Amino acid sequence: MLLLKLLVRNAFRHRLRAALTVAGVAVAILAFGLLRTVIDTWHAGVEAAAANRLVTRNAISLVFPLPLSQRDKIRNVENVSAVSYGNWFGGIYVDEKNFFANFCVEPASYLAIYPEFLVPEEQRLAFLKDRKGALAGRKLMERFGWKLGDTITLRGTIYPGDWPLTIRAVYEGAHNTVDETQLLFHWAYLDETMQRQQSSRAGEVGFYMIQIRDETRAAETARAIDALFKNSRAETLTETEKAFTQGFLAMSEAILVAIRIVSYVVIVIILAVAANTMAMSARERTAEYAAMKTVGFGGGTIGLLIVGESLVLALAGTGLGLAGIPPGARAFGHFLSDYFPFVEVKVLTFQLGAVLGLGVGLLAGLFPAISAARLRIAEGLRRLG
Amino acid sequence: MQEPLLRIRNLAKQYRRGEQDIPVLTDITLDIMPGDFLALMGPSGSGKSTLLNCIAGIDQADAGEILFRGEDLTQLTESELAAWRSQHVGFIFQFYNLIPVLTAQENVELPLLLTDLSARERRDHAVAALAAVGLADRLDHYPGQLSGGQQQRVAIARAVVADPDLLVADEPTGDLDRASAEEVLTLMERLNAELGKTIVMVTHDPKAAERARKLIHLDKGELWADTAAARAGAREAEPHAAPQTPGP
Ligand SMILES: Nc1ncnc2c1ncn2[C@@H]1O[C@H](COP(=O)(O)OP(=O)(O)OP(=O)(O)O)[C@@H](O)[C@H]1O
Ligand SMILES: [Mg+2]
Repeated sequence: MLLLKLLVRNAFRHRLRAALTVAGVAVAILAFGLLRTVIDTWHAGVEAAAANRLVTRNAISLVFPLPLSQRDKIRNVENVSAVSYGNWFGGIYVDEKNFFANFCVEPASYLAIYPEFLVPEEQRLAFLKDRKGALAGRKLMERFGWKLGDTITLRGTIYPGDWPLTIRAVYEGAHNTVDETQLLFHWAYLDETMQRQQSSRAGEVGFYMIQIRDETRAAETARAIDALFKNSRAETLTETEKAFTQGFLAMSEAILVAIRIVSYVVIVIILAVAANTMAMSARERTAEYAAMKTVGFGGGTIGLLIVGESLVLALAGTGLGLAGIPPGARAFGHFLSDYFPFVEVKVLTFQLGAVLGLGVGLLAGLFPAISAARLRIAEGLRRLG
Repeated sequence: MQEPLLRIRNLAKQYRRGEQDIPVLTDITLDIMPGDFLALMGPSGSGKSTLLNCIAGIDQADAGEILFRGEDLTQLTESELAAWRSQHVGFIFQFYNLIPVLTAQENVELPLLLTDLSARERRDHAVAALAAVGLADRLDHYPGQLSGGQQQRVAIARAVVADPDLLVADEPTGDLDRASAEEVLTLMERLNAELGKTIVMVTHDPKAAERARKLIHLDKGELWADTAAARAGAREAEPHAAPQTPGP
């Protein structure tokens, strides 16, 4: 009891030093948690992908188109229940920094395959009826302050020119991992314009979105589709939506790896800082520890006092840091809601944070504890004078 | 003739500095009787602290024996020595070495954690020890709130609280003013006379040395008989306080 009291009082003996150490650990754990949450959020798209959807694209590259004539053949493949198609449009709204995903798709079949896009029925019908109509996600509407019936103009990058669109419908996600920042409009609008302006690009789609009945047979269905077009002018590559999204992510994988490394580097830095603090504190108390040993306390007791003190500081900081993660993530999600569908802190992040905080406490105290435990009394007393 | 409390035989110790061996204690032979109050004087660097630390079991000699009631301390392991110290020795340091984040009472209680006294008994013992050094009204003071003399009295309370046979003090008045030093020395005299504690005290202060029953000089690693010893011996003419002839 008295030793425990001593341990805790030692931890807060230098108020400022203790406060800075606790704050440092708290910030490090908070940073770690937030960085991990960014990575998890990035991957959330993959997890949101439905297992019963396949994406077919040109085998050479995403940027090469496929002929629309392939659609009927795909529809006849065993296990395929519905086929839709579309193009990545890549239009810019007013300014390049206003980036958001915009596709033109065959609307009726696309929405049928995407039941998680919740659209009020009358809006859906209005969207289907208007060839220059658009469907926008709830967050996108909020971001630009759009209202139903507004006409907005996208500036084409892949397809040149100005593209006026009227917002006819708004979708909400059926669950919180659904991206509510997309804009969809009619593939027919694009195709008709292309027929007039650049007939060579008419009748082309960027991807087929395919719904299958039995998701356990996704791989064989994908192979069957690709086999259809083997040795044709437009060979296809079909994969699950999940794999497709992951392929997108692969491009940013290097950044994610960097973020992950940084999240651990932060912990290593705070470990060094905490270890230095503990070494400094223990060194200052050499004579006290020597006096305790003189009285008969063993080196083990002294070592435990130091490790315990280090743990008190590290765990106080870890507690604060972990407590800060949810509000931090919320603020971060709010700030970036235009880009990320949903920010959620995983339980694993808290667990990892706690384990790392514990590790920092143990390791920071370990070396000062060992040297204090080994210190010969006569040496320790001599250092005083 | 009474058995000595401590029988030191041919004790030697040297330090290595680089390639060089520096002898500190060459051949110390000394008996310390129960109830002795011994002052150890000598020039700075003569090895007084080293000898005291060996006697108290916190430093290791290179050769020789230290027998405590017949038991050779030089043969004990580190943890056996620690246990021996907690049972038999109380320490008083020049700079008190109190723990600043513990109150006077808690500081005095600390050594009792190594005994099997109950929490209540520990507290009662600590309070009694502090009362004995005249600090009954300072139980809850932290060392920083006490004067140097008061801190040294807390340290003395800590040294005696576990009722050791032997008290060792390394320049206990070295950091104190005259009046505080007098108080501390009076206290040590009383511990020796009234409670029969055997005391070995290193000091530079002739006034402090005068309060001891016996005086020993250490110089060049050896003990020398001192004329002051006769004076001290005459002052307290008790059989066990007769000057020991240090081994050459
Ligand atoms: N760890 C060590 N390494 C090397 N030399 C040491 C060590 N400890 C002590 N010495 C040397 O041993 C000698 C005796 O030291 P000691 O502290 O016992 O002297 P002292 O008589 O107590 O001196 P003072 O009166 O100044 O306290 C000194 O010359 C000192 O430099
Ligand atoms: Mg000394």
